[in-house]
Amino acid sequence: MNLPLIIIAFFLLLALYLGIRSSRGRDMDMEQWTVGGRGFGTFIVFFLIAGEVYTTFTLLGGSGWAYSRGAAAYYVPAYIFLAYILSYWLAPKIWTYCKEHKLISQPDFFASKYNSTALGVLAAIVGCIALVPYVVIQFRGLGIIVSQSSYGSISPGWASAIGAIVVTIYVMVSGIHGSAWTSIMKDFLIVLVVLFLGIYIPMHYFGGIRPLFDSIEAAKPELLTLSQEGFSPSWFISTVLFNAIGFYIMPTSFMVILSAKNERNLRKNAITLPIYTIMLLFIFFIGFSAITIIPGLEGADGDLALLKIAIKTFDPWVIGIIGAAGLLTALVPTSVMLMSTAAGLTQNVYKVIFPKSTDKTLLIVSKLLILCMSSIAVYFAVKGGEAMAILNIMSYSLIIQMAPSLFFSFMKKNRMTKQGVITGILAGEATVLYMTLSGTTLKQLLPDFPAWVTDINSSFLALLLNVLVMIAVSIFTHKQSMDAGGRVTVSS
Amino acid sequence: MKAIKLLVLVPFIGYLGFLPWANTIEPYVLGMPFFLFWLLLWMVLSPVLIGIVYVLDPDNKK
Repeated sequence: MNLPLIIIAFFLLLALYLGIRSSRGRDMDMEQWTVGGRGFGTFIVFFLIAGEVYTTFTLLGGSGWAYSRGAAAYYVPAYIFLAYILSYWLAPKIWTYCKEHKLISQPDFFASKYNSTALGVLAAIVGCIALVPYVVIQFRGLGIIVSQSSYGSISPGWASAIGAIVVTIYVMVSGIHGSAWTSIMKDFLIVLVVLFLGIYIPMHYFGGIRPLFDSIEAAKPELLTLSQEGFSPSWFISTVLFNAIGFYIMPTSFMVILSAKNERNLRKNAITLPIYTIMLLFIFFIGFSAITIIPGLEGADGDLALLKIAIKTFDPWVIGIIGAAGLLTALVPTSVMLMSTAAGLTQNVYKVIFPKSTDKTLLIVSKLLILCMSSIAVYFAVKGGEAMAILNIMSYSLIIQMAPSLFFSFMKKNRMTKQGVITGILAGEATVLYMTLSGTTLKQLLPDFPAWVTDINSSFLALLLNVLVMIAVSIFTHKQSMDAGGRVTVSS
Repeated sequence: MKAIKLLVLVPFIGYLGFLPWANTIEPYVLGMPFFLFWLLLWMVLSPVLIGIVYVLDPDNKK
């Protein structure tokens, strides 16, 4: 056991202690376990929402994209800060409705808004299919970070498994309270690490930020702007919009919103969170620095740019702290992902099958589901698997199909019926599945169109079909129910 | 006064609307290529704008 691994192990045990300790003195019912009794202040909500963003993907993928694709990587902070701004209007509306109706998960919201048990079941299943691959990515990223930063003294598989055991234990015991406590520790550590690396590395190797970019302009100027085709401005704008719209539809974001004490906390966070996103630029500086310092990382190895340049630059004890920060970027988001998926399935699938279940039973079922999902995720993280790789590619596109029905539900007169919403979502999901599995792109579908059209993020096609089908079926079913003189199932 | 919340859309239009124009290396600002500075500018302007909306928003007073 070397020094970096001892440092990483210390932070892992500290996370476990804080995670378990956070439940002390609380009577854990379902609402307390999932949304903290809706009692979190601005400070805690800030760290939980920020914790959703600083994942292993951000740390490794953010610097990796800057290394291999340059300016295209800017889409990540761009969509995140725009999503935070959108939350000023959206988050309080979600919070108010869910508080009034005592709802604790994203599928609950859809089931209640559209008065449809089937829609709740659909939302819970889509959430599960989309989020489990994300958990796999986090565990895999955790394994890579810990193994690399301990100089290979532990295998990625073992590191993933140990991390999974720790997060599963503290989520089962403390629920969102465990996530909240560990997210505070994680964010302090990640701020320290990212600012230090993002400032020190360009200064050490280039003498500053400007000389860093001068060196890239001399070697690979195409990395400093978007290209005319492929990763072009139309790809960038459509991808940013697509991701910004979908950010708060994620079951994880929903759950964090519901944990807030009041609407004002959410609005305050819409002001402060975009500033926090500036941190991502420092991750890019590290990736950009690696272009000339660690040349030749091809394909997926580009994601190792941050770790490779850190190992080349610093003593083992610094690498241990970087590894510990990386470990925590996996644990915190994973804990919320597991919990939000379990709560959605329990409330909208198990409770539908067993409607007389007590609150205590639902809590036990949720915890067992977490154990089950965590085990599946570790298996795929260690063993790999084609199915998870495919699901990972389309998971965000799958879950964003819920977005149109969310936005329609807040219109003053929502004309969408539950039949329309369900059919629209299914049409969108089918389009995502077809385009992903067949490898179909807009360029193939529209070969004669200019690049600015064919570069548009192809997931928009699924979203467009979703909305068109939803409107068409809603017009038909709305008219039908009016003709039959029955109750119109339109929600407002 | 509900219209005040429409100001939330300004960063979307400002940042993304002028993005093709900002997609250039020169001039360097704060040591960064202009395209990166354009992103940083809106990340700083947005909280200021939302802060103004927050102060003017009647929902935060009642």
